Amino acid sequence: MTDAPVIGVLALQGDVREHLIALAAADAVARPVRRPEELAEVDGLVIPGGESTTISKLAVLFGVMEPLRARVHAGMPVYGTCAGMIMLADKILDPRSGQETVGGIDMIVRRNAFGRQNESFEAAVDVRGIDGHPVEGVFIRAPWVESVGAGAEVLAEHGGHIVAVRQGNALATSFHPELTGDHRVHSLFVDMVHANRATES
Amino acid sequence: MSTIENQTPETGTARVKRGMAEQLKGGVIMDVVTPEQAKIAEDAGAVAVMALERVPADIRKDGGVARMSDPDMIEGIIEAVSIPVMAKSRIGHFVEAQVLQSLGVDYIDESEVLTPADEVNHSDKWAFTTPFVCGATNLGEALRRIAEGAAMIRSKGEAGTGNVVEAVRHLRQIKNEIARLRGYDNNELYAAAKELRAPYELVKEVAELGKLPVVLFSAGGVATPADAALMRQLGAEGVFVGSGIFKSGDPAKRAAAIVKATTFYDDPKIIADASRNLGEAMVGINCDTLPETERYANRGW
Repeated sequence: MTDAPVIGVLALQGDVREHLIALAAADAVARPVRRPEELAEVDGLVIPGGESTTISKLAVLFGVMEPLRARVHAGMPVYGTCAGMIMLADKILDPRSGQETVGGIDMIVRRNAFGRQNESFEAAVDVRGIDGHPVEGVFIRAPWVESVGAGAEVLAEHGGHIVAVRQGNALATSFHPELTGDHRVHSLFVDMVHANRATES
Repeated sequence: MSTIENQTPETGTARVKRGMAEQLKGGVIMDVVTPEQAKIAEDAGAVAVMALERVPADIRKDGGVARMSDPDMIEGIIEAVSIPVMAKSRIGHFVEAQVLQSLGVDYIDESEVLTPADEVNHSDKWAFTTPFVCGATNLGEALRRIAEGAAMIRSKGEAGTGNVVEAVRHLRQIKNEIARLRGYDNNELYAAAKELRAPYELVKEVAELGKLPVVLFSAGGVATPADAALMRQLGAEGVFVGSGIFKSGDPAKRAAAIVKATTFYDDPKIIADASRNLGEAMVGINCDTLPETERYANRGW
């Protein structure tokens, strides 16, 4: 069991518990992260769904934003869902005043692009790198990716819009695999963390 | 490859309704009465705002019948912020709920703070695409609301008092009843369902999960950062703050302080820092001097 990577979930706000459960099911040691010293101890990090404006403000306020940027820049594997996707974008099309991101993926995201809650939906999504049946995509006031740079790989689209992207060790989805009980996307991320540890050691 | 059929998006499912509440966890939902207040709330880090004409403290003071807010006022708030906007309908007033859905609010609160429109029935919440949050004082009430389609529960407390005592009572009641169910065997769950006046399937699900099948927030009397942290330590997954913010001396500062204390609810040093120099808290009402007829928590069945 010493082989299991330690993966944190940024626990400032959002559906932290569901990600912890999904990561544990994907054979990682999962723990919440709210402080810089907790961030320093993990091999990878998930930024959950939630309110991106709230998460961004709290991250700056409690001194997590800068160390997080540094670690992502240094290649720590990171996975963001929904609000987490927004946090990993190098650019937000329509940011609220002062809304900062961690960055890490050369993409422009549009917040709440699929609409308000009445337009929130479920749909099957084919994700590159996930074998077998399509992933059940749960989209909640979800963002989409307007455009990606040369370094970013598009993993999935829905209705002509980009909804999953990977660039190096950074992964992002508009939708919420943590709400479905299907842990294949989390397994993909745990594999990324394993691979990164292998190259570092 | 997936089939065409699978790719047809489906809206209003239980998963997207309940999942929306999951995204609000660890956060603070603030009552606001103007677009300016909504912006202050958003800037302070609120995860959502509740748009209403009068905060509960003023509803108490003014008396009379309290109804759904003016659509213009709700739309003004929707325009002003990018975070989710909730709004209240009267209990059982499903037409107010239909109106709120048509306005595009993100969550409907079928709320005891407004004057009930039906003294027997709550609205059929499965009939809506927009998800509902409902108040509860105990587990049976929570499960009846979930059976009617509520996708989120908040313990009721006593809104507009600035007194956390009822919020504590109701949250403890719900948590204690859940803990008791955990110890029951299958034979006992049928009788428990009868006692709780709730569907057996939901009672069984709660006994297995050890929690409600939907997100549980706390409401009704939270006025300080320590109040918010108390409710979190008692097991609330987030808090609603009504009159406590905009009836205080420095709303922007108090709002930001309550957000901080809600995230770091288990860190007394951070709660202490958040509690410094907040100015006047709302005055507050002692709940034991409140007549039964003025207790909003008694509304709903």
